[in-house]
Amino acid sequence: MVSEAPPVRSRSPAGNPRRPYRDVAVAVPVSIPYVRYSNETAHWWIARALKELVTRAGIRPVDLDGLSVASFTLAPDTAVGLTQHLGLSPRWLDNIPMGGASAVVALRRAARAVEAGDASIVACVGGDANGIDSFRKLLSSFSRFAQDASYPYGYGGPNGSFAFLTDHYMRQYGATREDFGRICVAQRDNALTYPQAIMRSPLTLEAYMNARPIADPIHLFDCVMPCAGAEAFLVTTADIAADLGLPHARLLSTIERHNAFPDDPIQMRGGWAMDVGELYAMAGTTPDGIDVLETYDDYPVIVMMQFEDLGFCAKGEAKDFVRAHDLTNAGSFPQNTSGGQLSAGQAGAAGGYLGLVEALRQVTGQSLSRPVEGARTALVSGFGMINYDRGLCSGAAILQAGAA
Amino acid sequence: MTRPLAPPPRKDPQRATRPPELPPVQRSRAALGLTARAARGVFALQVCGACGTVAYPPRDACAGCLSTELVFRPVADGGEVIAQTVIRATPDLYFRDRTPWRVGMVRMDCGPSIVAHLHGDVEVPGRCRMVARLDKGGNAVLMARPETWSEAMADDPEWRELTAHPKFRRVLVTAGREPVGQAVAAALSKAGAAIVFVGIAEPWKPFAGEAQLRAIPNVQIMPLDLTDTASVHELAGEIGGKTDIIVNTADHVRPGGIVDANTLVAARDSFEVNVFGLQRLAAAFGPGMRSRGADGVNSAAAIVDVLPVEALGNTPGFGFHGASAAARHSLLQCLRAEMRPGGVRVMSVFTGPVDDAWRQTVPPPKVAPAQIARAVVTALAEGIEESFVGDVAIDVAARFAQDPKVLERELGS
Repeated sequence: MVSEAPPVRSRSPAGNPRRPYRDVAVAVPVSIPYVRYSNETAHWWIARALKELVTRAGIRPVDLDGLSVASFTLAPDTAVGLTQHLGLSPRWLDNIPMGGASAVVALRRAARAVEAGDASIVACVGGDANGIDSFRKLLSSFSRFAQDASYPYGYGGPNGSFAFLTDHYMRQYGATREDFGRICVAQRDNALTYPQAIMRSPLTLEAYMNARPIADPIHLFDCVMPCAGAEAFLVTTADIAADLGLPHARLLSTIERHNAFPDDPIQMRGGWAMDVGELYAMAGTTPDGIDVLETYDDYPVIVMMQFEDLGFCAKGEAKDFVRAHDLTNAGSFPQNTSGGQLSAGQAGAAGGYLGLVEALRQVTGQSLSRPVEGARTALVSGFGMINYDRGLCSGAAILQAGAA
Repeated sequence: MTRPLAPPPRKDPQRATRPPELPPVQRSRAALGLTARAARGVFALQVCGACGTVAYPPRDACAGCLSTELVFRPVADGGEVIAQTVIRATPDLYFRDRTPWRVGMVRMDCGPSIVAHLHGDVEVPGRCRMVARLDKGGNAVLMARPETWSEAMADDPEWRELTAHPKFRRVLVTAGREPVGQAVAAALSKAGAAIVFVGIAEPWKPFAGEAQLRAIPNVQIMPLDLTDTASVHELAGEIGGKTDIIVNTADHVRPGGIVDANTLVAARDSFEVNVFGLQRLAAAFGPGMRSRGADGVNSAAAIVDVLPVEALGNTPGFGFHGASAAARHSLLQCLRAEMRPGGVRVMSVFTGPVDDAWRQTVPPPKVAPAQIARAVVTALAEGIEESFVGDVAIDVAARFAQDPKVLERELGS
């Protein structure tokens, strides 16, 4: 019998509009203090974060019926092995290999699981080990395209990849090193108010400019410090959160996109640019309605792209935006309020969680860093996985202060 | 402008010899398709048989239409460098020793964007030509070179890592009694070799071309008999520590097969020179060269074997000669893998029939010694692992790639 392929449709299938989130609560922001090098494993760091989650939520580990894990260094385990290792019996389990986009994606999925009743209390956790030389080993097996087509070329790792994007962005839009420096310096100011930041000393623009080159035009203070640590939060219903007496934020909207704009010869924008309209429409707000912004900041150039792609300024104008705004917690545009990864450190996949956990603290009045005045609505953005020449995963979420 | 290479200083035996680290060696199977072409100096990328999309990095399915019919084909090599970086810090031990290292992002005219080594003379933004070569680990890498090439550009440090250029290197040519060896010695001297050691068996016996050979600048005559293990080891003891390139031009050729004109003595002599001679050379010089694969401007760089293209298919009129060539080819594959950890290249220069007294009965086209000499210098200077000299060799290689069985039948009739 010969089966014939159906004719190719000339239009996309019918649409399927997004449903708003109903009563999804995000609570209990947990940040386990980072260390530069540690002999402890990812299992250890994740366990510490989960322990703090349940303790602060006033629940037992068995009450976690959902678990979402992001980690680069669990191998040979995945989230599955972790359940037995930690003695958890969740009825909903997720493993998110999306690096810097992990927290936003974990939140999206957990929110729908909770909404549907597939789980009641989901622990979302990102954590990674960092031993001496483990970063080099992690890089060497990062992705097939990186193995075949980027690391044999000078082996700059993410520094090299972002050097290309930064070089091209500077040529294209006339941004200068000083413009990137403004972001790094403001974030360091914010980090000085966050007791758990890895970088403890002030950074001046002069010190930024005079730092040693790593991969031109990337210099030392454009790079994050790889370290070990973990971050976590709970996703549950507003009712359960209220029942437990947990200050929480409501989830207003999210977006997620992978391998956006594959025909761009080099990355000039992320997937946000495809979905930003939906992000604000679903939340019923605009960029003006955002009180706190947490961007993914493994390098300042991608922060600038987020300012543009998330609608805070037009494409190519982020340089003017950073010149015109004070990006500190007390400033006109509070951004990366715990210092971001540039100053707080990058604990592997926990780096993808840093911004979300910090935003949650800011809008629920639990800030460890200097509180942003009147912070009610926060936008968190994630970006991850330089597979070859560009970051493939992007996402964003808008959180708003909910009832205690 | 490329800064001209400075002659290397005399080696200080008190200082550590730089260990031959390799660039990252792991590759996917699809990427080895790039390597197979780069070994012959060909820039080819996967092209989708269904929609024509040019794919890079190497992959298993087309990102344009999901077809799995991807075939490596030569593609337009022009492109625009749209971004660059200079790597100054890296955790990789190979590159760490070689920074600063310039890399570019090239938007190819044929479609994809490619991260490539960037020749120092390429401007950014600006046009370039992409070439594919093997790195020290024997894997294909791509390099953006200036649109127009001049010999002065060969001194670029990143380009030199991809080649085994004879400039400032010390070369051993193994069979100086023959016209091929003499032509190769002359060409290497002209290409800038610091010393050309020329091996001569039974040096007390005069030979044709001796006076001209001795007159070539930088040539030093050395006693060397490839059929004598002691002789090979003696020479290695004397010059092994400063031999950067070996070009083995020895080839013992006699007519005869098995049923027709069978002579066991000639067969044995062929193997003694062509197969065991290569083995003796590699065994005596290989270990030293492998440890000096990263020893500065005049590091150990390559072993070149000039062998008959009959290695790929037997010509019964010279049956045993062909058998020794096939054995030689197989040994080179072994040697290539064994020398790779030291970053020393093993190059095969396949030749058609040389125009000499033993091949009077072979119809033209034949190959002149000077042609072979040019091919050897090109292989070294351009970093070509497998090259084919003369119309016969090129033709046999093409037919071998198409169908070795058809080639066998054609050569045997």
